[in-house]
Amino acid sequence: MKSLWRSLVDSGGEIAGGFCGPERTVNFAELKAGSMFPMPVEELRGRSLLIATGEQLATALALLELDGVARRMVLCTPDLTGRQLEAVAAAAQADAVVGEAPHPEFSALPRIAPRAKPTAPIDRPHSEGTDSEATEWVLLTSGTTGTPKLVVHSLRSLCGALSGGAAGASRSVWSTFYDIRRYGGLQIYLRAVRSGSLLVLSSGRESIRDFLARASRAGVTHISGTPSHWRRALMSGAARLISPAYVRLSGEVADQSILDGLKEAFPGATIAHAFASTEAGVGFDVTDGLAGFPETFVDRPGRAADRDRGVEPAPADLKVADGTLRIRSRGIGARYLGGEARSLADDEGYIDTGDLVELVGDRYYFRGRRGGVINVGGYKVYPEEVEAVLNADPRVRMSLVRGRRNPIMGAVAVADVVLTEGAPESQDPVSAARLKDELLNACRRVLPAYKVPAVLRLVAKLDVTEAGKLVRPDA
Amino acid sequence: MSIRDEIMSTFREVAEVQGRRLAPLTNDLKLTECGLDSLSFALVVTNLEDSLSVDPFNSSEGVDFPVTLGDFIRLYEQAGT
Repeated sequence: MKSLWRSLVDSGGEIAGGFCGPERTVNFAELKAGSMFPMPVEELRGRSLLIATGEQLATALALLELDGVARRMVLCTPDLTGRQLEAVAAAAQADAVVGEAPHPEFSALPRIAPRAKPTAPIDRPHSEGTDSEATEWVLLTSGTTGTPKLVVHSLRSLCGALSGGAAGASRSVWSTFYDIRRYGGLQIYLRAVRSGSLLVLSSGRESIRDFLARASRAGVTHISGTPSHWRRALMSGAARLISPAYVRLSGEVADQSILDGLKEAFPGATIAHAFASTEAGVGFDVTDGLAGFPETFVDRPGRAADRDRGVEPAPADLKVADGTLRIRSRGIGARYLGGEARSLADDEGYIDTGDLVELVGDRYYFRGRRGGVINVGGYKVYPEEVEAVLNADPRVRMSLVRGRRNPIMGAVAVADVVLTEGAPESQDPVSAARLKDELLNACRRVLPAYKVPAVLRLVAKLDVTEAGKLVRPDA
Repeated sequence: MSIRDEIMSTFREVAEVQGRRLAPLTNDLKLTECGLDSLSFALVVTNLEDSLSVDPFNSSEGVDFPVTLGDFIRLYEQAGT
């Protein structure tokens, strides 16, 4: 498979795209004329490198130059502690760190400081062409408090899900709330680069309003994020700054209210929600505007049969076993680095996502993580199921249901609720109390008693992880 | 509101919401006969945890589970002092 840079150059003609960061934009033509590395890129051939830059722009440029050259690129997220970096460096047998500044608690490896912008002269092997197969792309799993797991991918496995759909759309401008060093963001990065498009990068130092204003000025057409990212965008009122043609949600369960909210905010847009994980790749895209996914996605005859019948193969084979979704895809990670060397997939090539699904009618719905279930006296409560009921109220922007220890039942479900901006209930205690009763009554109408939150609190905000997902204490 | 009053009104509120018929609340009423099921009890305890800011069941000494409503109130009164 051609390296990223090679496929960009070979796409020929005008290369209009590039990367738009909070401070500056670097277009591909500039990069063609210069390198961001202070030494000939060829000197980095065969090396194992941690990519640990502050802003995403430097990572975006480094990946483009190093694919097909470095032996291993480890995409380090900016939230890693010095201790975590040490563990990652050891597992990846890293030779050097690419980063602007040394990490205060981690200076064990030689550092390669990228230039502020691509600068000539350059001496790079791109003209002879490079093969991406020489390079391992290593992603870190998010959401863990201990040492992150290192998942080995290749450009081929990362691009496994990119065929068809909007991937080849010309004149598109991509953006994502995600950091491109995470799986969801990297998917968008690759879509943009491989189609020679402009990519508007997010920044941790920018407010959601400033980010969307910048995306709007760049003319964003395709934009992705987690449901929590999108709830925040709708809540801030900044969503109206953009008018994309394609809106994508992944990384968390998309419930009906966020899908409806986005449809209302962007009436002309395709709203797609995808299932993807760092290990399993992209499982499927759902574009019918409904939560969950059709039963027909599961236990299909398989991609080989699709090809035989002459239809576009689905991105992955799906099955449900022991209540959780299993995926076998072209986008599957090869293995973990360091520690446990076990293969990611079972004997048949499926990965257990750990996500519980339930068939209701002819559709599967997500019921949370296997570890996130609240056990109320032996009854299982899936937080997402209760949250979906709360979120269905137009006055509710987002909610979090979690377990609270209880001496009688072991645990009970309790809910924290964030109201939409300007909901009068957030100001006045009397109407707040009434709203709480109404929300709980809505739960009582459709849920068995043990699933109804024992306590419901109105809160100003809910914490969202660096990866853009709701912080779930139990999961 | 006294601890006793708070407990009484929480019993009544939970019973109403859960559609339970509550026996007259007297000190020697056995909790098992008061009309609440275990989920309702769980809700009473959780609500009292918030309104009284005490959780007598989480004491390090371990607790004898109260038998009567009087025992139950005493448990909260002792934990609250």
